[in-house]
Amino acid sequence: MSDINNYEYVEDDFTFAHDANEKQLDENYVATSYLKDVWGNFKKNKGAIIGTIIIVIITLLAIFGPYFNESTYMSIIIDHASLTPRIPFLEKFGIFDGTNKGTFVYENFKDVYYWFGADTLGRDLFTRVWAGTRVSLIIAFSAVMIDIFIGMVYGMVSGYFGGRIDMLMQRFAEVLNGIPTLVVVTLLGLVLQPGVESIIFALMITGWIPMERIARAQVLKVKEQEYVLAAKTLGAKNFMIIFKEILPNIFGQVIVTSMFSIPNAIFTEAYLSFMGLGVPEPLASLGSLVSDGYKSLTSYPHIILYPVIVLALLMVSFNLFADGLRDAFDPKMLNK
Amino acid sequence: MKKYLIKRIMISIATLFVILLVLFLMMELMPGSPFNDEKLTEAQKALLYAKYGLDQPLVVRFFTYLKNMLTGDFGVSYAINKNYPVALMVKERLWLSCKIGLLAVVLGTIFGFVLGTVAALKHNSWVDTLCSSIAVFGVSIPSYVFALVLCYFVAFKLKLFPILYNAKKPIASIVLPALALSFSPTASIARFVRSEMLDVLNSDYILLVKAKGIKDYKMIFSHVLRNSLIPVITVLGPIMVGLLTGSSVVEKVFGIPGVGLLLINGIQYNDYNVTISCAFVYSLMYVVVMLIVDILYGFIDPRIRITKEGK
Repeated sequence: MSDINNYEYVEDDFTFAHDANEKQLDENYVATSYLKDVWGNFKKNKGAIIGTIIIVIITLLAIFGPYFNESTYMSIIIDHASLTPRIPFLEKFGIFDGTNKGTFVYENFKDVYYWFGADTLGRDLFTRVWAGTRVSLIIAFSAVMIDIFIGMVYGMVSGYFGGRIDMLMQRFAEVLNGIPTLVVVTLLGLVLQPGVESIIFALMITGWIPMERIARAQVLKVKEQEYVLAAKTLGAKNFMIIFKEILPNIFGQVIVTSMFSIPNAIFTEAYLSFMGLGVPEPLASLGSLVSDGYKSLTSYPHIILYPVIVLALLMVSFNLFADGLRDAFDPKMLNK
Repeated sequence: MKKYLIKRIMISIATLFVILLVLFLMMELMPGSPFNDEKLTEAQKALLYAKYGLDQPLVVRFFTYLKNMLTGDFGVSYAINKNYPVALMVKERLWLSCKIGLLAVVLGTIFGFVLGTVAALKHNSWVDTLCSSIAVFGVSIPSYVFALVLCYFVAFKLKLFPILYNAKKPIASIVLPALALSFSPTASIARFVRSEMLDVLNSDYILLVKAKGIKDYKMIFSHVLRNSLIPVITVLGPIMVGLLTGSSVVEKVFGIPGVGLLLINGIQYNDYNVTISCAFVYSLMYVVVMLIVDILYGFIDPRIRITKEGK
């Protein structure tokens, strides 16, 4: 080791670093409102935008799709059973040309077109898929309502009052949460008539618990702040404070959480239908269409293909949308 | 810690008690009676009711039911397998279901770790984007859709594995179901590992490790992975709980004689004892897994047990 005292310093041993590397310009940004900020963050997220567009398209098709042709979701033409998809114009290119393993199956009815094909009873799958999407979307919408009207209110009340009330309400929620959703939903399906209502009712029992936790945690965060104290001092009633003072400040989180419950609700419906506890025939839902198609998976794969694609697209889009919304409301989550 | 443990166990027991109560009330509310054979006369029905103790008051019956459940007597099957004890039926099938579930967890953990690690190391590259997309798909698409896809392409088209469960080939038969179930754990673990690893990679001690000039693979194995492993243990619980839901449907797709399929059959044949016993077995597994996870959480992260105690 060289002796430190004998070290000879040369002039260019040290140079100033900041001259070369630290030239920096201060940037000024225009002040933007909170919502504008959120929208700005959301816009940058490509996945979220794609998700939103797909959700809009699927929703529009679910509303108008069943009216595109004259068949309804329950009109049966037994001669047309299991026809493969055939779309005008596209058939010239050898796709969607109504052939099954090389044979043209529309031989006896040359002017009939089924865009998604027909199912084993000869019902138009295009109409049924969009009618089924409608049911799934109704269930998704109900899940959001349940989240907001039960979960959010429960969590806010529990968090705001605290103490003994909070303790009791939390123990109750914990016990409810301990029962697997699968079991509740299955048993309810047994006791009630299968249908959209009983699926929604089943979601009502356990679906709101994640939301309740988030709402409570958020309330605990803001309830000690000055504006709440100010409202109290001015003599505002508890109801007023919860809904007019606290709610607007935690609404972003609430919306994000409720969006995450949509894929869950759609999944629950699909699961129930697959178990045979879904909407009764001749009604259709995405889950029941998949379940039907599964029975002829190897002989007529086209029957299951379209409901599965729509179901998968819907789930992925809602997840992307909810992810994007969460990142937009809470930029700390970005790049995570 | 002791206080927290006791409290958690008490809550679990209370939950199981509530579940039992609900199951019992469900039995009461079920449409029809267990003996809806038209050939039975009123007198015969009364005899049968007396034989099964159904003429007792509600409270007495509940405690008999509770006592029977605790001693492992789940009643007998009405329709699927007449007068055969349900406890035996469930026991015969439980191991198969557990095997598939465990295989799925193991596969999911391995895939998830590889995917998450690669994504974190190549942060913001195309590999990262690919891993994130796989994760989004895995989280959002229900496991039975994967099961159907595997069933059609791998089993039906390529004929690599049996389409339906085949008792003669027990190992080959559970590969596809486990694979189908493993997609969602893969996705959640990959997501979690990635964000944990990014945190660790950006920490000061990794900077120190790098400054010391330690080789990359050594750094990853002995410093990064070790520190991101502990939090992953805590997400395994919810993942296993999620598998329970998926498994019954996947069992239906592949025709596996497991608890899930028994549950579905019970529903279809209106065999109440079977349905309720399967539901109870699922609840029991769920509650136990949740209990273990919460206790693990408490050990690993002291903040959790302290805040939960409300101090």
